[in-house]
Amino acid sequence: MRRSMLFIPGNTPNLLMNGDVLGSDAIILDLEDAVSPAEKDSARILVRNALKHLHYKGCEIIIRINPVDTEYWQKDLEEVIPLKPNLIMPPKVSCAQDVKTVSDYIAKLEEKCGFEKNTVKLIPLIETAMGVENAFQIAGADERVAAMFLGGEDLTADLRCKRTKEGNEIFYARTRLVCAARACGIDVYDTPFTDVDDLDGLYKDAQFAKSLGFTGKASISPRHVEGINEVFSPTQAEIDYAHEVMETIRIAKEQGKGVVSLRGKMIDAPIVERARQVIEMEKAMFGGVEDDE
Amino acid sequence: MKITANAVAGTLESSDVYVKVEPCDTLEIEIESVVYNQFADDIKASVKEVLDELGVESGRISINDKGAIDCVIQARVETAIKRAGGNK
Repeated sequence: MRRSMLFIPGNTPNLLMNGDVLGSDAIILDLEDAVSPAEKDSARILVRNALKHLHYKGCEIIIRINPVDTEYWQKDLEEVIPLKPNLIMPPKVSCAQDVKTVSDYIAKLEEKCGFEKNTVKLIPLIETAMGVENAFQIAGADERVAAMFLGGEDLTADLRCKRTKEGNEIFYARTRLVCAARACGIDVYDTPFTDVDDLDGLYKDAQFAKSLGFTGKASISPRHVEGINEVFSPTQAEIDYAHEVMETIRIAKEQGKGVVSLRGKMIDAPIVERARQVIEMEKAMFGGVEDDE
Repeated sequence: MKITANAVAGTLESSDVYVKVEPCDTLEIEIESVVYNQFADDIKASVKEVLDELGVESGRISINDKGAIDCVIQARVETAIKRAGGNK
Protein backbone atom coordinates (compact mmCIF):
# COMPACT_ATOMS: atom_id res chain seq x y z
CA MET A 1 0.00 0.00 0.00
CA ARG A 2 1.41 3.32 -1.01
CA ARG A 3 -0.88 6.32 -0.48
CA SER A 4 1.65 8.98 0.49
CA MET A 5 5.23 9.59 -0.63
CA LEU A 6 7.25 12.13 1.35
CA PHE A 7 10.26 13.92 -0.14
CA ILE A 8 13.32 14.07 2.11
CA PRO A 9 16.39 16.08 1.02
CA GLY A 10 19.30 13.70 0.52
CA ASN A 11 21.90 15.87 2.17
CA THR A 12 20.08 16.68 5.44
CA PRO A 13 21.00 14.22 8.22
CA ASN A 14 18.35 15.23 10.76
CA LEU A 15 15.54 14.59 8.25
CA LEU A 16 17.11 11.42 6.87
CA MET A 17 17.40 9.97 10.36
CA ASN A 18 13.68 10.39 11.02
CA GLY A 19 12.33 9.38 7.64
CA ASP A 20 10.32 6.43 8.90
CA VAL A 21 8.55 8.15 11.78
CA LEU A 22 6.74 10.78 9.74
CA GLY A 23 3.79 8.55 8.82
CA SER A 24 4.20 8.29 5.05
CA ASP A 25 3.88 4.98 3.23
CA ALA A 26 7.00 5.77 1.19
CA ILE A 27 9.87 8.20 1.54
CA ILE A 28 11.65 9.70 -1.44
CA LEU A 29 15.31 10.33 -0.63
CA ASP A 30 16.10 13.14 -3.01
CA LEU A 31 19.44 13.43 -4.79
CA GLU A 32 18.09 15.83 -7.42
CA ASP A 33 16.49 19.23 -6.82
CA ALA A 34 17.06 19.29 -3.06
CA VAL A 35 20.82 18.96 -3.52
CA SER A 36 23.05 21.65 -5.03
CA PRO A 37 25.53 20.59 -7.74
CA ALA A 38 28.46 21.14 -5.35
CA GLU A 39 26.98 18.68 -2.85
CA LYS A 40 25.92 15.84 -5.17
CA ASP A 41 28.86 13.67 -4.08
CA SER A 42 28.16 14.33 -0.42
CA ALA A 43 24.43 13.53 -0.65
CA ARG A 44 25.06 10.35 -2.62
CA ILE A 45 27.41 9.00 0.06
CA LEU A 46 25.14 10.12 2.90
CA VAL A 47 22.05 8.47 1.37
CA ARG A 48 24.02 5.28 0.72
CA ASN A 49 25.13 5.18 4.36
CA ALA A 50 21.61 5.91 5.56
CA LEU A 51 20.28 2.99 3.51
CA LYS A 52 23.02 0.75 4.89
CA HIS A 53 22.67 1.62 8.56
CA LEU A 54 19.19 3.02 9.22
CA HIS A 55 16.43 0.46 9.19
CA TYR A 56 13.51 2.35 7.74
CA LYS A 57 10.62 0.34 9.11
CA GLY A 58 7.14 0.29 7.67
CA CYS A 59 7.83 2.48 4.68
CA GLU A 60 9.08 1.97 1.16
CA ILE A 61 12.30 3.58 0.03
CA ILE A 62 12.36 5.52 -3.22
CA ILE A 63 15.50 7.28 -4.45
CA ARG A 64 15.10 10.25 -6.77
CA ILE A 65 18.25 10.21 -8.87
CA ASN A 66 19.46 12.97 -11.18
CA PRO A 67 18.17 13.21 -14.77
CA VAL A 68 19.73 11.10 -17.53
CA ASP A 69 21.08 14.18 -19.30
CA THR A 70 23.35 15.00 -16.33
CA GLU A 71 26.72 13.60 -15.30
CA TYR A 72 25.32 12.39 -11.96
CA TRP A 73 22.66 9.71 -12.52
CA GLN A 74 24.97 6.74 -13.09
CA LYS A 75 27.01 7.53 -9.97
CA ASP A 76 23.76 7.86 -8.02
CA LEU A 77 22.71 4.39 -9.11
CA GLU A 78 26.14 2.88 -8.43
CA GLU A 79 25.92 4.02 -4.81
CA VAL A 80 22.32 3.07 -4.02
CA ILE A 81 21.46 -0.03 -6.07
CA PRO A 82 23.66 -2.35 -3.92
CA LEU A 83 21.42 -1.35 -0.97
CA LYS A 84 18.27 -2.53 -2.80
CA PRO A 85 15.94 0.46 -2.54
CA ASN A 86 12.35 -0.46 -3.47
CA LEU A 87 12.12 2.03 -6.30
CA ILE A 88 14.23 4.45 -8.31
CA MET A 89 12.59 7.67 -9.45
CA PRO A 90 14.25 9.07 -12.57
CA PRO A 91 13.15 12.70 -13.05
CA LYS A 92 12.26 14.53 -16.28
CA VAL A 93 11.43 11.32 -18.11
CA SER A 94 10.22 12.38 -21.53
CA CYS A 95 10.14 9.18 -23.57
CA ALA A 96 10.33 5.39 -23.33
CA GLN A 97 14.06 5.48 -24.17
CA ASP A 98 14.78 7.44 -20.97
CA VAL A 99 13.22 4.57 -19.01
CA LYS A 100 15.16 1.93 -20.97
CA THR A 101 18.43 3.81 -20.42
CA VAL A 102 17.97 3.83 -16.64
CA SER A 103 16.58 0.30 -16.52
CA ASP A 104 19.49 -1.14 -18.53
CA TYR A 105 22.00 0.45 -16.19
CA ILE A 106 20.15 -0.83 -13.12
CA ALA A 107 20.13 -4.31 -14.71
CA LYS A 108 23.93 -4.21 -15.02
CA LEU A 109 24.30 -3.19 -11.39
CA GLU A 110 21.78 -5.81 -10.23
CA GLU A 111 23.74 -8.50 -12.05
CA LYS A 112 26.99 -7.28 -10.50
CA CYS A 113 25.39 -7.43 -7.03
CA GLY A 114 23.94 -10.90 -7.67
CA PHE A 115 20.35 -9.66 -7.40
CA GLU A 116 17.46 -11.17 -9.29
CA LYS A 117 16.56 -9.18 -12.41
CA ASN A 118 14.01 -6.39 -11.86
CA THR A 119 14.48 -6.42 -8.07
CA VAL A 120 14.51 -2.63 -8.06
CA LYS A 121 11.44 -1.04 -9.65
CA LEU A 122 11.01 2.30 -11.37
CA ILE A 123 8.62 5.19 -10.82
CA PRO A 124 9.33 7.67 -13.63
CA LEU A 125 8.67 11.31 -12.82
CA ILE A 126 6.75 12.94 -15.65
CA GLU A 127 7.27 16.69 -15.61
CA THR A 128 7.65 17.82 -19.19
CA ALA A 129 5.09 18.38 -21.94
CA MET A 130 6.84 15.68 -23.98
CA GLY A 131 6.65 13.29 -21.03
CA VAL A 132 2.92 13.87 -20.66
CA GLU A 133 2.34 13.24 -24.36
CA ASN A 134 4.44 10.04 -24.19
CA ALA A 135 2.93 8.83 -20.90
CA PHE A 136 1.47 5.60 -22.31
CA GLN A 137 4.78 4.59 -23.95
CA ILE A 138 6.66 5.45 -20.74
CA ALA A 139 4.25 3.42 -18.57
CA GLY A 140 4.70 0.39 -20.81
CA ALA A 141 8.39 0.88 -21.61
CA ASP A 142 9.82 -1.70 -19.25
CA GLU A 143 8.79 -4.45 -16.83
CA ARG A 144 10.52 -2.48 -14.10
CA VAL A 145 8.02 0.40 -14.26
CA ALA A 146 5.69 -0.01 -11.27
CA ALA A 147 4.15 3.45 -11.16
CA MET A 148 4.30 6.96 -12.62
CA PHE A 149 4.44 10.25 -10.80
CA LEU A 150 3.31 13.65 -12.07
CA GLY A 151 5.50 16.65 -11.26
CA GLY A 152 3.37 19.77 -11.56
CA GLU A 153 5.97 22.45 -10.86
CA ASP A 154 8.44 21.66 -13.64
CA LEU A 155 5.58 20.79 -15.96
CA THR A 156 3.95 24.20 -15.65
CA ALA A 157 7.32 25.84 -16.26
CA ASP A 158 7.62 23.77 -19.44
CA LEU A 159 4.04 24.65 -20.42
CA ARG A 160 4.87 28.31 -19.77
CA CYS A 161 1.89 28.80 -17.50
CA LYS A 162 1.40 29.69 -13.86
CA ARG A 163 0.98 26.94 -11.27
CA THR A 164 -2.22 27.59 -9.32
CA LYS A 165 -3.91 25.95 -6.33
CA GLU A 166 -6.93 25.14 -8.48
CA GLY A 167 -4.69 23.22 -10.87
CA ASN A 168 -6.68 23.80 -14.07
CA GLU A 169 -3.37 24.11 -15.92
CA ILE A 170 -2.43 20.50 -15.09
CA PHE A 171 -5.88 18.93 -15.51
CA TYR A 172 -5.04 17.46 -18.92
CA ALA A 173 -1.72 16.07 -17.65
CA ARG A 174 -3.39 14.53 -14.61
CA THR A 175 -6.08 12.72 -16.57
CA ARG A 176 -3.67 11.65 -19.29
CA LEU A 177 -1.26 10.15 -16.76
CA VAL A 178 -4.02 8.32 -14.90
CA CYS A 179 -5.37 6.86 -18.13
CA ALA A 180 -1.90 5.83 -19.38
CA ALA A 181 -0.94 4.25 -16.06
CA ARG A 182 -4.20 2.36 -15.65
CA ALA A 183 -4.04 1.15 -19.26
CA CYS A 184 -0.67 -0.41 -18.40
CA GLY A 185 -1.84 -1.75 -15.04
CA ILE A 186 0.45 0.39 -12.89
CA ASP A 187 -0.07 2.89 -10.05
CA VAL A 188 -0.05 6.64 -10.53
CA TYR A 189 0.83 9.45 -8.08
CA ASP A 190 -0.17 13.06 -8.01
CA THR A 191 2.09 16.09 -7.70
CA PRO A 192 2.66 17.61 -4.22
CA PHE A 193 0.48 20.46 -2.96
CA THR A 194 3.09 23.09 -2.34
CA ASP A 195 1.43 25.44 0.18
CA VAL A 196 2.62 23.78 3.38
CA ASP A 197 0.33 25.84 5.65
CA ASP A 198 -2.90 25.41 3.67
CA LEU A 199 -4.26 22.12 5.01
CA ASP A 200 -7.79 22.74 3.66
CA GLY A 201 -6.30 23.28 0.22
CA LEU A 202 -4.32 20.07 0.60
CA TYR A 203 -7.48 18.07 1.40
CA LYS A 204 -9.33 19.50 -1.59
CA ASP A 205 -6.41 18.89 -3.93
CA ALA A 206 -5.94 15.31 -2.69
CA GLN A 207 -9.67 14.57 -2.91
CA PHE A 208 -9.73 15.87 -6.47
CA ALA A 209 -6.70 13.73 -7.39
CA LYS A 210 -8.40 10.68 -5.87
CA SER A 211 -11.58 11.40 -7.83
CA LEU A 212 -9.54 11.34 -11.05
CA GLY A 213 -8.12 7.91 -10.26
CA PHE A 214 -4.72 8.61 -8.68
CA THR A 215 -3.39 5.94 -6.32
CA GLY A 216 -1.88 8.49 -3.95
CA LYS A 217 -0.03 11.75 -3.72
CA ALA A 218 3.45 13.00 -2.97
CA SER A 219 4.25 15.56 -0.32
CA ILE A 220 7.08 17.97 0.34
CA SER A 221 6.04 18.43 3.98
CA PRO A 222 5.45 15.96 6.82
CA ARG A 223 2.43 18.12 7.73
CA HIS A 224 0.62 16.90 4.61
CA VAL A 225 1.15 13.18 5.16
CA GLU A 226 -1.77 12.58 7.50
CA GLY A 227 -4.23 14.35 5.20
CA ILE A 228 -3.04 12.43 2.15
CA ASN A 229 -3.26 9.09 3.97
CA GLU A 230 -6.77 9.92 5.11
CA VAL A 231 -8.01 10.94 1.68
CA PHE A 232 -6.52 7.91 -0.09
CA SER A 233 -7.71 5.39 2.51
CA PRO A 234 -11.11 3.76 2.10
CA THR A 235 -13.76 5.06 4.52
CA GLN A 236 -15.41 2.69 7.03
CA ALA A 237 -18.60 2.85 4.92
CA GLU A 238 -16.61 1.80 1.82
CA ILE A 239 -14.98 -1.05 3.77
CA ASP A 240 -18.34 -2.24 5.11
CA TYR A 241 -19.87 -2.10 1.65
CA ALA A 242 -16.94 -4.04 0.16
CA HIS A 243 -17.45 -6.83 2.70
CA GLU A 244 -21.19 -6.82 1.98
CA VAL A 245 -20.45 -7.20 -1.73
CA MET A 246 -18.11 -10.14 -1.17
CA GLU A 247 -20.57 -11.81 1.21
CA THR A 248 -23.41 -11.37 -1.29
CA ILE A 249 -21.28 -12.93 -4.02
CA ARG A 250 -20.35 -15.83 -1.76
CA ILE A 251 -23.98 -16.57 -0.91
CA ALA A 252 -25.01 -16.25 -4.57
CA LYS A 253 -22.34 -18.77 -5.57
CA GLU A 254 -23.56 -21.22 -2.92
CA GLN A 255 -27.10 -20.87 -4.20
CA GLY A 256 -26.00 -21.21 -7.81
CA LYS A 257 -27.31 -17.78 -8.76
CA GLY A 258 -25.76 -16.12 -11.81
CA VAL A 259 -26.98 -12.59 -11.24
CA VAL A 260 -27.17 -10.92 -7.82
CA SER A 261 -28.04 -7.52 -6.49
CA LEU A 262 -27.27 -5.59 -3.33
CA ARG A 263 -29.27 -2.61 -2.11
CA GLY A 264 -31.21 -2.70 -5.36
CA LYS A 265 -28.11 -2.51 -7.55
CA MET A 266 -26.74 -5.33 -9.68
CA ILE A 267 -23.35 -6.58 -8.55
CA ASP A 268 -21.22 -6.85 -11.66
CA ALA A 269 -17.53 -7.55 -12.22
CA PRO A 270 -16.26 -3.93 -11.78
CA ILE A 271 -18.09 -3.64 -8.43
CA VAL A 272 -16.55 -6.91 -7.23
CA GLU A 273 -13.11 -5.78 -8.40
CA ARG A 274 -13.47 -2.47 -6.55
CA ALA A 275 -14.61 -4.30 -3.41
CA ARG A 276 -11.51 -6.53 -3.65
CA GLN A 277 -9.28 -3.46 -3.94
CA VAL A 278 -10.91 -1.86 -0.88
CA ILE A 279 -10.44 -5.05 1.17
CA GLU A 280 -6.81 -5.26 0.05
CA MET A 281 -6.30 -1.69 1.27
CA GLU A 282 -8.02 -2.57 4.55
CA LYS A 283 -5.65 -5.52 5.03
CA ALA A 284 -2.64 -3.34 4.27
CA MET A 285 -3.82 -0.66 6.68
CA PHE A 286 -4.94 -2.80 9.60
CA GLY A 287 -3.70 -6.35 8.79
CA GLY A 288 -5.25 -9.59 9.90
CA VAL A 289 -8.59 -9.17 8.12
CA GLU A 290 -10.02 -12.52 7.06
CA ASP A 291 -10.82 -13.19 3.44
CA ASP A 292 -14.46 -13.09 2.51
CA GLU A 293 -13.88 -15.80 -0.05
CA MET B 1 44.10 7.19 -1.07
CA LYS B 2 46.43 10.10 -0.42
CA ILE B 3 45.24 13.45 0.90
CA THR B 4 46.79 15.90 -1.53
CA ALA B 5 44.69 19.01 -0.93
CA ASN B 6 42.54 20.70 1.68
CA ALA B 7 38.87 19.75 1.59
CA VAL B 8 35.74 20.03 3.71
CA ALA B 9 32.38 18.23 3.92
CA GLY B 10 29.23 18.46 6.04
CA THR B 11 27.70 21.35 7.92
CA LEU B 12 27.46 22.75 11.43
CA GLU B 13 23.74 22.04 11.62
CA SER B 14 22.26 19.84 14.32
CA SER B 15 22.77 16.10 13.71
CA ASP B 16 25.50 16.83 11.16
CA VAL B 17 29.29 17.09 11.37
CA TYR B 18 31.76 19.41 9.69
CA VAL B 19 34.89 17.63 8.53
CA LYS B 20 38.07 19.32 7.39
CA VAL B 21 41.01 17.39 5.98
CA GLU B 22 44.50 18.68 5.17
CA PRO B 23 47.72 17.09 3.94
CA CYS B 24 50.12 16.21 6.76
CA ASP B 25 53.14 13.91 7.15
CA THR B 26 51.58 12.08 10.07
CA LEU B 27 48.03 11.02 10.87
CA GLU B 28 46.26 13.43 13.23
CA ILE B 29 42.59 13.26 14.24
CA GLU B 30 41.15 16.24 16.14
CA ILE B 31 37.67 16.00 17.58
CA GLU B 32 35.37 18.71 18.84
CA SER B 33 31.91 17.52 19.75
CA VAL B 34 28.79 18.50 21.69
CA VAL B 35 28.96 14.98 23.16
CA TYR B 36 32.77 14.80 23.50
CA ASN B 37 32.81 13.39 27.03
CA GLN B 38 30.51 10.50 26.17
CA PHE B 39 31.46 9.68 22.59
CA ALA B 40 34.93 10.99 21.66
CA ASP B 41 36.40 7.47 21.53
CA ASP B 42 33.51 6.16 19.45
CA ILE B 43 33.79 9.08 17.01
CA LYS B 44 37.53 8.50 16.66
CA ALA B 45 36.98 4.77 16.02
CA SER B 46 34.34 5.62 13.45
CA VAL B 47 36.68 8.02 11.64
CA LYS B 48 39.55 5.53 11.78
CA GLU B 49 37.37 2.84 10.19
CA VAL B 50 36.79 5.05 7.13
CA LEU B 51 40.48 6.00 6.91
CA ASP B 52 41.42 2.31 6.96
CA GLU B 53 38.83 1.44 4.31
CA LEU B 54 40.14 4.19 2.02
CA GLY B 55 43.79 3.40 2.79
CA VAL B 56 44.56 6.82 4.25
CA GLU B 57 47.78 6.71 6.29
CA SER B 58 48.49 10.38 6.79
CA GLY B 59 46.65 13.69 7.00
CA ARG B 60 45.08 16.04 9.51
CA ILE B 61 41.40 15.24 10.07
CA SER B 62 39.41 17.81 12.05
CA ILE B 63 35.94 16.83 13.21
CA ASN B 64 33.41 19.37 14.48
CA ASP B 65 30.48 17.21 15.54
CA LYS B 66 26.99 18.53 16.19
CA GLY B 67 25.50 15.28 17.41
CA ALA B 68 25.76 13.25 14.21
CA ILE B 69 25.15 9.51 14.26
CA ASP B 70 27.85 7.09 13.16
CA CYS B 71 26.77 6.67 9.54
CA VAL B 72 26.62 10.44 9.06
CA ILE B 73 30.12 10.95 10.49
CA GLN B 74 31.47 8.23 8.23
CA ALA B 75 29.70 9.68 5.17
CA ARG B 76 31.13 13.15 5.76
CA VAL B 77 34.66 11.85 6.41
CA GLU B 78 34.53 9.74 3.24
CA THR B 79 33.29 12.72 1.21
CA ALA B 80 36.00 15.05 2.54
CA ILE B 81 38.75 12.50 1.88
CA LYS B 82 37.55 11.77 -1.63
CA ARG B 83 37.40 15.50 -2.33
CA ALA B 84 40.90 15.94 -0.91
CA GLY B 85 42.15 13.13 -3.12
CA GLY B 86 40.72 14.77 -6.21
CA ASN B 87 37.98 12.16 -6.44
CA LYS B 88 34.67 14.02 -6.46
